Order: sequence, then structure tokens, then C-alpha cells
Amino acid sequence: MGSRASTLLRDEEIEEIKKETGFSHSQITRLYSRFTSLDKGENGTLSREDFQRIPELAINPLGDRIINAFFPEGEDQVNFRGFMRTLAHFRPIEDNEKSKDQNGPEPLNSRSNKLHFAFRLYDLDKDDKISRDELLQVLRMMVGVNISDEQLGSIADRTIQEADQDGDSAISFAEFVKVLEKVDVEQKMSIRFLH
Amino acid sequence: MGRGGATEAAREVGAAGRRGHAAPGGLSGPAAPRTELLRWQWREVQAPCLVAAWILVASLAKIVFHLSRKVTSIVPESCLLILLGLGLGGIVLAVAKKAEYQLEPNMFFLFLLPPIVLDSGYFMPSRLFFDNIGAILTYAVVGTLWNSFATGTALWGLHRAGLMDPGVEAGLMDFLLFGSLISAVDPVAVLAVFEEVHVNETLFIIVFGESLLNDAVTVVLYKVFNSFVELGPAHIHATDYPLHLFLSSFFLVSLGGTAVGLLFAFLLALITRFTKRVRIIEPLFVFLLAYVAYLAAEMVSLSAILAVTFCGICCKKYVEANISQKSRTTVKYTMKTLASSSETIIFMFLGISAVDTSKWTWDTALVLGTLFFILLFRAVGVVLQTYVLNRFRLIPLDRIDQVVMSYGGLRGAVAFALVILLDREKVKAKDYFVATTIVVVFFTVIVQGLTIKPLVTWLKVKRSDHHKPTLNEELHEHAFDHILAAVEDIVGHHGYHYWRDKWEQFDKKYLSQLLMRKSAYRLRDEIWDVYYKLNIRDAISFVDQGGHVHSAAKLALPSMPSRTSMSESSVTNLLRESGSGACLDLQVIDTVRSRRDKEDAAMHHVLRGSLYKPRRRYKASYSRHFISPDKQERQDKEIFRQNMKRRLETFKSTKHNVCSSKSKARLKEKGRKKASPSQAPALFLALRFGLPRDAVSEEEESDSSETEKEDDEGIVFVARATDEVLQGKTAPGSLDVCPSPCIIPPSPTLAEKELPWKGDQADLAVYVSSETTKIVPVDMQKAWNQSISSLESIASPPGTESGPQHRRFACPVLEEQPQSASQVMPEQSSCFQFPSHVSKSGRSQSDSSPDGPEQQELQPLMATEEQGRMAPSVEPRWLMFNRASHL
Repeated sequence: MGSRASTLLRDEEIEEIKKETGFSHSQITRLYSRFTSLDKGENGTLSREDFQRIPELAINPLGDRIINAFFPEGEDQVNFRGFMRTLAHFRPIEDNEKSKDQNGPEPLNSRSNKLHFAFRLYDLDKDDKISRDELLQVLRMMVGVNISDEQLGSIADRTIQEADQDGDSAISFAEFVKVLEKVDVEQKMSIRFLH
Repeated sequence: MGRGGATEAAREVGAAGRRGHAAPGGLSGPAAPRTELLRWQWREVQAPCLVAAWILVASLAKIVFHLSRKVTSIVPESCLLILLGLGLGGIVLAVAKKAEYQLEPNMFFLFLLPPIVLDSGYFMPSRLFFDNIGAILTYAVVGTLWNSFATGTALWGLHRAGLMDPGVEAGLMDFLLFGSLISAVDPVAVLAVFEEVHVNETLFIIVFGESLLNDAVTVVLYKVFNSFVELGPAHIHATDYPLHLFLSSFFLVSLGGTAVGLLFAFLLALITRFTKRVRIIEPLFVFLLAYVAYLAAEMVSLSAILAVTFCGICCKKYVEANISQKSRTTVKYTMKTLASSSETIIFMFLGISAVDTSKWTWDTALVLGTLFFILLFRAVGVVLQTYVLNRFRLIPLDRIDQVVMSYGGLRGAVAFALVILLDREKVKAKDYFVATTIVVVFFTVIVQGLTIKPLVTWLKVKRSDHHKPTLNEELHEHAFDHILAAVEDIVGHHGYHYWRDKWEQFDKKYLSQLLMRKSAYRLRDEIWDVYYKLNIRDAISFVDQGGHVHSAAKLALPSMPSRTSMSESSVTNLLRESGSGACLDLQVIDTVRSRRDKEDAAMHHVLRGSLYKPRRRYKASYSRHFISPDKQERQDKEIFRQNMKRRLETFKSTKHNVCSSKSKARLKEKGRKKASPSQAPALFLALRFGLPRDAVSEEEESDSSETEKEDDEGIVFVARATDEVLQGKTAPGSLDVCPSPCIIPPSPTLAEKELPWKGDQADLAVYVSSETTKIVPVDMQKAWNQSISSLESIASPPGTESGPQHRRFACPVLEEQPQSASQVMPEQSSCFQFPSHVSKSGRSQSDSSPDGPEQQELQPLMATEEQGRMAPSVEPRWLMFNRASHL
């Protein structure tokens, strides 16, 4: 599998991905072999069904939302570039990146991008606001079925009230960032990719 | 540590106590002639009186220090205390002409150290601690070993080079002994200084955790070298104490100490489970058992610090859940008070002890050499270890962290007490060592303690900021956990949370069940906890404000069930009583207790379920050995069903609406699509149950073919189910798609009235089964049979071989009665084999239900079946009934 993966992936492609996502060469080839093993249709793209075939995702309460996050709006397929671009959100921030020049494009794994990824999971209608209904939906997914709607509602109300600053009864991205400013997002939204 | 004389002190104290108690007895006895009304009895009360006086002085001094905010913000309290001790020691010396009141090692190890260690263990942020356990252990073990050997050898080299005073009569072993006691970072000193510096949590936990855990290494090294020194240099050969003996002794001391701690933590948690009627002595148990753990470990010369630390860390969760709110506060404050006064006394006595010049002999080369080497080797050790550790860490420790860690290696009273314990006969250079230790301790605590704050500011080390937890943080962090779990699954890489996850499952299944009160166990939910605490805070501030109505809007806490139901008092109960009204009469609080049952009922429905746990990873053997999967299984199935429903819903709304005509081909395709994702979990379920692979594939095939055959029904059913859920949630959805009869979930209030867990189980089962058959139309039931049983049958194919797993999978109820389980088994598996008969048996069940104990056992099981088939919206009740039979 590994040899096949590296032959299919051209060097210039790797270079581009490396530049865009910050993954190392070996990480890219490793993830590419994962990508091809997920790609049951063998057409170089992943469909939603390919993701849904991962058994653990079926029992992840946010699984579908996360799968959706891999797909650009209105599309049913994601190629390796897009796959890597989404995964790059979860790359830990390395030392040398902190001091990088600020004028370049913001790296995908920056704090703000990590937060934005999470924010989009809530924000279904993409109006840059988490409304009460959207929050309730996510809450409903994350808690067991035993908590009543009324209680969920009170939790949602409280959550919004806590974060809401402009009084529109919804959480905007700015408010979302603000409310999580003391959380170590860099750590809590990063996983270790094997080298 | 190698406190051979520990028992001596105990005897001394015991003697003092006896003296103290005996005296008044003698006086009041008939033999004592009462010639004077008042008598000066200083001798009798001398010892406790002195202790009290010292504590009083130290505490008063603390008040004085804190009068000036400026001073304490610059100078750490520990420095001030040492200086005060020096001053007081000087006065005593001047008055009494001899140095009194030393920091006695026995007093230190038996009385002063335990409260501090217990406090730090009990309030240790356990998640943080265990997240960083790798780094902490590395620094504690490898770092301390390296420091000891490097320092000892380097000093010996210095000695051999002739730089030291010839009076320092010490060989390699003496220096290694000295190195072992001087190189251990001291928990008391670290805590005292770092608590005021407020570096970020990770940095703090690493340095502090290291200082606690290195105790075992220090104990072993100290003991080993001490025995070498006592043997005398002539008798030591490399083969006398082979490495494996050292290693085994190290593992014995550390793991043994930990085991003692865990044992007592277990006992403590178990005891507090039964203190419901004697709330008043709950805090006593906490202190008593922790102290006994310390003494027990000390007695068998294991690492007592480790014992208390782990006792504190591990018991907290259960103890806190078991004891009442008031006891919790008491424990917290008493622990803090004890720890703080111990710390105060330790530092003050360090200062006082230093005045006693008869004990020391100064040697500049030794002192400077030691200072230089411990700083150097600490830095080198930290850098080298961090270099290795960073390869495995998610967030590497950067240069600045390393500087702080090297610089934060403070030495303290432990080193001092250990050096005092040395035998002057055997260790000729003891006086030199004492002087050096005092200088090192003073230097690290005063100089480094003073400068570390400016250093941290100057280096811009990330600070921690203490803030109250917010609901948003809790909620979003949970979401983060799930996201990370999902991404790890997608990447196909297994995260390091695996063990934590595994532990949590184990804990939830067994430990918590065993160690927590039932009422407490039910109520665990993290988000809800935070929500509850926030509301309490609001309520208190509301009361503080005098109950003005303007903030009452914030306090509109709709039906706020809480821990209060099982503990005695709560503001929230009141709030519920009075709605959002402003009636917060404090008198009412104490009368709430009488409504316990009602509260329980409400609570039961609310908090039985909790958040879904993020799953990081599965292994084929994951649940086979010791974690039986039912709880997990239920969650998985629940989420799985929800997810499938959502997927099909989206599919329907995107595709179904576009082309309204139902073409058969399309449906088939859909059927396949539906089947395909379900295969994967099936496979993994099967793996988890350790079934042969071919059996699984067979099942899979039959599953998919079934689905294809039943295409139409399958789809209709899904639409209905979706519809029904949408109705339940009052979310917008396509209502016109399926005009099927919809299920109204039985109202929870009905069940509430019944108080199911208190009622008779047989009655309950009748109630359930009859209702089920009433409500669910046959076609609906069939559809559910198809979909759910396809899932279930994969996980548990018919056959007697898979009996045990089968049983576990479907009915957690039976686990508590293994003997009756075996009788029930065949009937139960027949249920699975012939799902079409279930509805019949469900009906007949109501007739045969009150027959006997075995039948009664069977009822909830059947109910489970029925419920599972019926509809997802009835899930809460499904869980509920399991619960009911547990209770």
C-alpha cells in the first residue's frame, strides 16, 4: 500500500501540500496511504460514504458534522488536497511557526482557524451565528437521551446568555472566540500526527 | 524516607501525651493533698503549650506579612518565614545561650509533611496530572537519578582534586549519599514558591508532580548509599549491590507506596459511602485514613509521600461525591489550614535551626561546588530529558519552559531533615553536609524564590489565569474532544487518550458503582455540574444582593434538579419552588429534605444519562477481558441509531424531494447505501465480541440482502422514525412525506408518578409490555424488528456458544444475579432467534409475569427488547428500566 501511495503522489503535489498545510513529507505520504485505503471507489476522491464506513465515526455523536466539515460547500467529493487541508487544522502549532512572519497567509492550524472549524460545526446555516436552535441540536447530539428538552433548553439559554455580548441571543464568531479565550485551544484542538 | 528513628518520635510524643494526661489525673486523685488553690504547672503543659505558641507566632507573623501587599507581592512568604525563623532563632540563642527548638526530622516526617502532601494530592488537578504523567515520571525518576549521581560524583572529583578542606573526610559513597539527598526537588518549597508565581498549569504540574514523585527515588538512593556508608568503604564491591537489586528495591518502594495509597483510597471511598447518617464525622475519615496510609507506608519503609499523594488523588472523586456539601467544605478548609500551618512552621523552623552553629562546619569549596553543580546538572538534565520528551509531546516544552523548570528545582526541608538524620559516627563529614544543605536550601528558597517571579515575567512565560468555569468552555471542550476523536479515527492513528478512556469505562462500570452512593452515582454529568454550580453561584449572589427582583430574571432556573436532592440543602430547590419569584427566604432551605422522593423522581429522569463519552479508539480485545460492553454498547447503539437516522434524513431531504417518483432502482441503491455503513460497525462489534470473522460476513450478507428485500418498508420506516423524532424535537422537517401513525412517547410524568424504581418490578414489566403492544402498530414494529434486530443479531448471533457475551450485550440487568442468569439464558436467546415471536411473548408476558423470581428477572429483559424495538424516542425509558432493576 505504501509504495503504491508514493507512486501515485507526484513530488510537486507533495511540495504544494507541504507548503499549504505544513505537513512533512513523510506525514503526507502516510496520510495519502490512509486516504487511498479509505477511498473504496478508487477514484482519487472520498465521498461521504467513504467516511461513514469508518466504524468509530458511526458512534461519534458529532461524527456527521465532522464528516461534513471535510466537504466544500455543495460538493459530494473531497480530493486529497482538500482532505489534507481539513486535517491541517489539527496539526499542533510548532515552535518555528510562532515566530513566522505575520504578513503571509494565516496557517491553517492557527488558533483562529481551529476555533473556526469548531464554530462551523455548530453553525449549520452559515450565517456566522450560532442560534439557540443550532446550539440545541448540537447539545442534543452530545448528551444522552435522558436529559429532557426543557433542561437542554435551559442549558442552551444559559450558554448563549453567557457568551452573548450584543444581545442578539446568538453567538457570533467573535463572541465564540471571546468566550474561549482562556482555553488552551492550541492544545485541545491538536492531535499528534505520526512522522 | 529512610527514617529509621521515626518510631522513636512517635514514642516521644506518646510519652509526652501520657505525661500531659497523667498529670491532671494524679492531681485530682484522692492522694493529692490540696494545699494551694493555684499551682504553677508549666512542666505538665510545656510541650503542647510550646507547640501552640509556635503555631501562634507563625500565624501572627503571616498576618503581619500580609499587611503589606507590596512586600508579599515581591518576596515569597517562604522567604519571609525563613528570615523570621532566623531572627527568632537568634533571639532564643541570645537569651538561652544555646540553640533550642530545632526542626526535628521525626517531627517533620510524622506531623508536618503529611498534611502538605495530602493537600497537594487531594487537590491535584487529576486530569492534568495524568495527561502529563509521562513527563512527570521521567523527570522524577531519570532526572533525580541523574542529579544524584552527577552531583555526588562531581563533588567527589572536587574532593579528590584537593580543593576541599582536608577536614572533609568523605569517600565516594559519602558524596553519593549527600548527592542523593541534596538533589531531590522538594514539594514543600516548590509549592510555596510556585503557587505565588502562577505559571501555566502544564509547567506547574510538571515541576510539582516531579517534586512529589521523586520521593521514591530519593528514599531508595538514600537507603542504599546509607547502608554502603555504614558498611564502610573497604567492604563495598560492585557486586555487593547489583543493579537489579537496586532496581527491584526502587520498584518495590515506589509501587508499594502507590499500592498502599490506592488501598487506603479505596477504603476511604468505601467508608464514606456509608456515612449518610453520621455526616459529622465524614471529614474525620478523610484525614484519618490518609494519615494511616502515610504511617502504614512509613512503617514498612515504602514511599509514604507517594502513598498519601495517590490516596488523595484517587479518593477525591468518590469521596466528594459521597460526602455532603458541608463536609466537603470542611475537608477543604481543614486541609488547607493544616497544610498552610505546616508549611509555615517548616519554613520558620528551617530558619531557627540554621542558627545552631554547633551543628555546622563550613567549607567554602564544598558549599560553592554543591551550589554550582546542582544548578548545572539540573539544567543539563532538564534540557536532555526535554529533548527526548518533546519527540512524544503534543505541545513541546520550549526553551523558556525549560529555563523555568531548571530554575524551579528548589530544595527544602526534606533535604534538611534527611541530612540531620545522618549518623555522625558513620558519616564523618556530616557537619559539613549539614552546613552545605542549609546553604543550598536557603539559597534555593530565598534567592531563587525571590528571583523566579521577575524571571517568569521577564521571559514572558505563559501564566495561568484562574477563572471560574463557564458553561461555554465546558460545552465546547466536550465538542473538541469529540472532534479530536473523530479526526483521529479518520486519520487512522490512535491517540494517547486510549488508556484514559479505558480507565473511565472501567471506573464508570465498576469503581463508581462500588464506591459511590447510588444517589450520587446517578447524578454524574459534567456539563450539568457546571451548570448547577453556576446557578448556585448566581443564587448566592442573588441572596447577597438582598433578593432584588431585577436579577431574578437571570435566575429563572426551570426545573433544576440537582445534587441537592440527595444532599440536604439547596438554594435551587427554593428557586424551583418559587419559580423566578424573589422568595429566597433562607429559613426555607432546611425544610427541603422531606421531599426527597419527589426530588429523586425528578432527578432520575434528568440525570440518569450523561454526556456521550468520546471514543478514541477500539481494539478487538477492548471489551473482552475485563470491561463488559453493555453500558458502552448502549451508548454506541444509541449514537449509531441517531446518526443513521440523521443521515437518512438528509439523504431523504436532498434526494427524495428532488425526484419525487419512487423508482425502484433508486430505492435499491439507497438500500445498499443504508446497508453499507452499517456493515462496518457490525464488523467491529463482532470483533469486539470475539466472533469468528466468517460468521460476521455471513451475517453481513444476510443483513444487506434483507435490507434490499425490504427496501420499501425500510425507507418508509425511516421516514416515520425521522418524522417522529422531528415532532418530538419540534424542529422543522418534512411532515407530509409519511402519513403513518406516529408514536406518542409515553409521558414521563406517568412514570414519575409510578416512582418506578421503588415500585414492584413485576408490575412495572406488565405496564411496559402492555403499553408497548398497544401503541406500536404492527407494521412499525416489524420495521423496527428488521432494522434493530439486524444490528443486534450481528453482534450476537444465535447459538449457545456466544451465551455469555450475548447476555451481557442485551441485558445488563442480569449481571447482578449470575445464577438466575443462567436459567434465563435459553429463553432469552430464543428471543433473538425468532424476533417475530416477540410481540406475542410480550403479550403473554403480562399474564405470566408475577410467577416467580426468575420470571421477574426476565421482565425487564423483555421490556428492554420491546423498548428497543419500539422507537428511539422511548430510549430514555429503556435506560430507565434498566436502572430500575438495578435499584
